[in-house]
Amino acid sequence: MADSVDTITTENKTLPLGPYPRFVTRNMDVPGIDRIEVYREHGGYAALAKALQSFQPEQLVEEVKQSGLRGRGGAGFATGMKWSFLPPTSPKPRYLIVNCDESEPGTFKDRMIMELNPHMLVEGVIIGSYATKVHHAFIYVRGELAFAGRQVERAVREAYAAGLIGKNILGSGYDLEITVSRGAGAYICGEESALMESLEGRRGYPRLKPPFPAVVGLYGGPTVINNTETISTLPAIVEHGAAVYGAYGTEKSKGTRIYCLSGHVNRPGNYELPLGTPLRTLVEDFGGGMRGGKQLKAIIPGGSSVPFLLPNQLDTPMDFESMAAAGTMLGSGGVIVLDEDTCIVGAVLRMTEFYRDESCGKCTPCREGTFWLVQLLERLEHGGGKESDIDLLNDICDNMLGKCFCPLGDAATSSIMSSIKLFRDEYIHHVRAHACLVGPGATRAHAASVTPVSAR
Amino acid sequence: MITEEVKARMREICARYPDPRSGTLPCLHLAQEAEGYVTPDGIAAVSEVTGTKIDEVESVVTFYSMYDRAPTGKYAIKVCTSISCYLRGCDGLMEHFEQRLGIQRGQTTADGSFTLQGVECLAACGMAPVLQVNGEFVENVTTADADALIERLKRGEAVAAQPGAWNVLPSKTGASAQQTAAGSGSAQTGKAK
Repeated sequence: MADSVDTITTENKTLPLGPYPRFVTRNMDVPGIDRIEVYREHGGYAALAKALQSFQPEQLVEEVKQSGLRGRGGAGFATGMKWSFLPPTSPKPRYLIVNCDESEPGTFKDRMIMELNPHMLVEGVIIGSYATKVHHAFIYVRGELAFAGRQVERAVREAYAAGLIGKNILGSGYDLEITVSRGAGAYICGEESALMESLEGRRGYPRLKPPFPAVVGLYGGPTVINNTETISTLPAIVEHGAAVYGAYGTEKSKGTRIYCLSGHVNRPGNYELPLGTPLRTLVEDFGGGMRGGKQLKAIIPGGSSVPFLLPNQLDTPMDFESMAAAGTMLGSGGVIVLDEDTCIVGAVLRMTEFYRDESCGKCTPCREGTFWLVQLLERLEHGGGKESDIDLLNDICDNMLGKCFCPLGDAATSSIMSSIKLFRDEYIHHVRAHACLVGPGATRAHAASVTPVSAR
Repeated sequence: MITEEVKARMREICARYPDPRSGTLPCLHLAQEAEGYVTPDGIAAVSEVTGTKIDEVESVVTFYSMYDRAPTGKYAIKVCTSISCYLRGCDGLMEHFEQRLGIQRGQTTADGSFTLQGVECLAACGMAPVLQVNGEFVENVTTADADALIERLKRGEAVAAQPGAWNVLPSKTGASAQQTAAGSGSAQTGKAK
């Protein structure tokens, strides 16, 4: 395991907490863990006390750097590094925001954390705010997740009442206010600068970068913005120490993360596994293999915004570097499994409709591009396409990639470009046979059943 | 009509932020709860408490998908239509609702009981197909479940607010995971064992 590739190293490493530790999903099965009394009975807020008593903020930033924790929202940026970009002093107050706007198709881990163990999130917010010397933190919860939002609001209320938020927390002299805010339905608000616009009471339009949020963020102040799961991992890192957390995963992708398994498997669900665990382990062992004994056709390993993998890539380790080497991304951890009966064009159409509907409309390549892509895919899927449409799809993607205001436009191109590369024959079949290669569309006259764009 | 009591709650919300304008989204949620949808009165009230112009509030209302600008049915059924639900049959479920309710997606039944909508990924992909009734989740929905749900709602039974059907002890199901964690080397099939 000493080779240069970041493979999983469970065999040669000493693993202090066994092969499958539960850092961020621990105690989620404890009844009533969403209430502060039960959470404290199970050691809750002990990590906060340890952080306040045993660490200076700078030491905490260093500890998180040492742990190797990287953002769990999609980009995988090193958390401690992100924190250290905050200027040491600034005329405006600095803020911390937790991005609980989970809405990447295929991803459903943050909602679980909020619903089942909201105090772990709140404890992480306090620890993260202390580390970054922030005195006002915001938790921005996706509007559609009403129950999750209420769970977080109650946890914050209980923590205020227990003196864990507010003035002079646990006698440390550290003050913190936490505001829980709710979105109102817009995928784009998961993009950090759009989220800040939304939190300021505006449309969720992304901002030009630079300046980055660490320099000019919420209300113009230096701002740290982290994903729900990232923040919720902090209590475990403080409790066990960076070395224990960092003993898991690969050299560059340390620790564990929650993989969200969905699609055509027997046991879809959330699985916390060390980074670098092979896809096969997740799909076959934890996920119970393919539903109905079908053959695997393709996997989307990191939410709908990343390129497909093929069955012969099932042994790819699920860490940032290995996924990049395989031509895709680890993204948000949303692993979507497609079986042999899935029409690729149909699936790609469905994913592209999402980006069309969720494009904020601010920039032209994304607004017009996603709309056009859907029209072409719809035509192909329903048997009315031309072979030149396939190249046109690639051409439009090329005109969006890297040319949109924010990553949403790039994201929309991933499934299209990779599916044309991997499944071009299936696209051509749609043109020549006027029907799908597999699935229900393969056996019926298809052109008549086009669903109008306005119907969804 | 937005009452003074609702306005007082709006002001309390705005006070939680360094800038009252940040209260715009939550206050619009309140206005919608109070009147069933976002009315011109609701917009005026939010404009007043947040200290922003009517136009600015309207631009927010028209941007976000959760604000209704017309009355909806007593029960808003929102069926997720994104990729993971698509792979597990949400289109058939949607068509079933359309037949049962006698309306198309986007419409409300004549008696004002049900509004049916297709929505984007609801973060419940492991429990697909999934829907929400007035914001509360119903997961792993079969067409039989859909029929039972409609009957329950017709009797006036609301959908309970509760956590999702999470697999909270996932490690128990992965008995052989440890052996294969180092990678098995064979690389061709994803077939179930």
